[in-house]
Amino acid sequence: MTPILEFKKTCVSYTKQTMAVKYVSAAIERNTITAIMGPSGCGKSTLLRAANLMHDLYPNIRVDGEILLNGENILSMEPIDVRRRIGMVFQRPVPFPTMSIYDNVLSGYTLNGIRLDKTERDATVERCLRNVALWDEVKDVLNKKGTFLSGGQQQRLCIARALAMKPDVLLMDEPTSALDPIATAHIEELMQELQKEVTILIVTHNMGQAMRISSKSMFMYLGELVEYGDTDTMFSNPADERTRAYLTGKMG
Amino acid sequence: MNDKLYKALLFIAAMVMPVVCGGVVYALATDAYAAFEHFGFLKFLTSSEWSYTEGAEQYGALPFITGTLMTTALALLFCIPFSLPVALFVGEYFKGTRIAAILSTVTDLLAGIPSIIYGLWGFYTLRPLIMALNISPQGSGVLTASLVLAIMIVPYAASLSAEFIKMVPNELKEGAYSLGATHAEVIRKVVFPVAGSGIFSSYILAIGRALGETMTVTMLIGNTNNIPESITSTGNSMASIIANQFGEADDLRLSSLIAIGLVLFLITALINMIGKIMIKRARIA
Amino acid sequence: MNKTNTQHRLAKDRLMLWGVCLFATLTAVPLFAILGEVLLRGYDQLSWSFFTEPTPTAYKVMKAIEAGQSIPGGIANGIVGTVLMLSMASLVAIPAGILCGAFLAENSKNRFAQIVSYLTDLLQGTPSVIIGIVTYIWVVVPMRGYSAIAGSVALFVMMLPLIIRSTEETLKILPASLKEAGLALGGNRARVMLKVQLPAAFGGIFTGVLLAISRVIGETAPLMFTALGCSFIRWSIDKPISAVPLLIWEFFNDPNLQELIWGASLFLLLFVLTLNLLSKYLAKKWNQ
Repeated sequence: MTPILEFKKTCVSYTKQTMAVKYVSAAIERNTITAIMGPSGCGKSTLLRAANLMHDLYPNIRVDGEILLNGENILSMEPIDVRRRIGMVFQRPVPFPTMSIYDNVLSGYTLNGIRLDKTERDATVERCLRNVALWDEVKDVLNKKGTFLSGGQQQRLCIARALAMKPDVLLMDEPTSALDPIATAHIEELMQELQKEVTILIVTHNMGQAMRISSKSMFMYLGELVEYGDTDTMFSNPADERTRAYLTGKMG
Repeated sequence: MNDKLYKALLFIAAMVMPVVCGGVVYALATDAYAAFEHFGFLKFLTSSEWSYTEGAEQYGALPFITGTLMTTALALLFCIPFSLPVALFVGEYFKGTRIAAILSTVTDLLAGIPSIIYGLWGFYTLRPLIMALNISPQGSGVLTASLVLAIMIVPYAASLSAEFIKMVPNELKEGAYSLGATHAEVIRKVVFPVAGSGIFSSYILAIGRALGETMTVTMLIGNTNNIPESITSTGNSMASIIANQFGEADDLRLSSLIAIGLVLFLITALINMIGKIMIKRARIA
Repeated sequence: MNKTNTQHRLAKDRLMLWGVCLFATLTAVPLFAILGEVLLRGYDQLSWSFFTEPTPTAYKVMKAIEAGQSIPGGIANGIVGTVLMLSMASLVAIPAGILCGAFLAENSKNRFAQIVSYLTDLLQGTPSVIIGIVTYIWVVVPMRGYSAIAGSVALFVMMLPLIIRSTEETLKILPASLKEAGLALGGNRARVMLKVQLPAAFGGIFTGVLLAISRVIGETAPLMFTALGCSFIRWSIDKPISAVPLLIWEFFNDPNLQELIWGASLFLLLFVLTLNLLSKYLAKKWNQ
């Protein structure tokens, strides 16, 4: 079976001289959670953002190599089509401040100019908010602005917003780094549930988090993919000296 | 100089503002009083008669209030299709690039051109064009004045709107892109709603500019003292009737002109205050 | 979703981009149209005598027209008036504006300062024609005549809020440590302001003054009721006096003098735009 997402010699460069991501090749398995770890500046977020073609927004950033979604190279596809199939959750929760909770969940559809009828809309909102375990907390205040929620609730709203588009892959860029430990635990629990429906690729600098939630792990260092394999194996018996140094806290 | 003296000096300097502003209001109010007393405040504002035949003098501000409102509204209408693209060009599409800096220099320079030169240009270039296009036979009128007025307020509206468009957080825009939106959709559904109140307030301030603009309107509106029947008719704005007649007026007519000045002052003060308050709110949000 | 939908949305996206570029570029057209027209019609009028001779009298103009010559004379009376009135206005407005701006920067939380700040906005937004009326009431009526003093008062009132704002804003963005360091060295507040803060803010205040001058130098309406105009070079401050924008207005209204409009406009326009560009350049240079 083809992997759902595959990096093939993927390179990202911000300037002509320096590469932030160097020849990364890795196949992501369907319905797993894969964690990307590494010291800050190692290119993990840059790699993740490449999979959503976020670098397309900035004309001076170059992405080379291939990134395959179900065997199709997304680098030659329309960004707006790719981004609908690959969702993204950012570091800081950023619900759209002018939209209600209800409209935030449906924002993917409104932004894409897709019209749904009332029953479809209600159903989507309820399904997605239930998916992120937010429904019971907000079902009576759906018309309030999303910015009234707590940080953890806002981040779950952003996940719901991404899920509403029924993506194949969900990219998460340190989604809990701005949250308190209780909200973090909520989100981690949620991700375990979600992997039945969607493949998750998560950047984290929290080794404990990677160990708790992921089945596969990548370790990146200075733009290179150093090691990629089962999380348990990597933590118990890393193959590379640099991975070992990082996991034992001897490296930033 | 010790601290006490220094503080006193600054305080005295700051007193200049209340003194000047108080002086402005006092001078306008006392000299406008005769007109208001003679015609009655409401009657003065709602009468459309402006005749200075001796013995039967009759002065009402309505034609000029109408003229001002018409030129301002039209100028705003003509200004938006240009100022909004400039704001998007500078604040979003080409934010921080050289070409954006060039365009904002160009609009800054537009803001620097003296209004009498705008008036000349309108009179010698735009007016013949309007006559040639058979829009109005005499060329001058509300429409001609409004067109030039629109060019004059584009820089104010555009630079302030651009400032608010720039402030829309990148995170929000990336959030929208990640859901598959195009640039145009991000602008329409994220940038405009988020920057909306700021953009709106920049147009309020542009209106404040247009209301009191004098020379351009004086040279282009046609200088007739009746309510303009259509946008191609001639007329006078509050500012232009003052510019046209102040030098030759005395007694009741002078007082009436000053009364028009007082009304214009109050309207611009109100509009500017609303604009400033809205801008402060938009900046905090 | 289907392909045509994507194509449709991308087409709309491109349309918006091109629309924005087109209309934004069109906005630059009036600047070049105005510059071009004034330049083309005015450049051959500029000569040495244009700047050294006053406006011609009606008699001289008639004679020149009869003889088929170009109209003699220039705008020296206007330049003298503008320089005289602007200097007098600046002499008061610059120190007063800087002190008032310093007051606002040092007491931003104070209730009185908030009122002063609001009044500064109010005065800045007041139409210049109203400043003209008010100065007429303040100065021309009691002095029983139009004068250069009256004109300077009008220019002063217009310059004041501009200088206050630029001083206040420049002082406010100075690092607080600068003032604290000065005070820590034992300087009193006046010395710190004079020797540390104002010199550090010099660039911002200077460009503010330049911009204020470029704003008021082209003002016509307020001078019509205060300085009135005068057809010969005059240095006295208690008599009517001319100014460059007033001359343009006179030329515009006098069919015999229309030839002179464009030279005078070109001079004014170039002066104002150069001041604008210069202040923008200096602001950028001093900010680095």
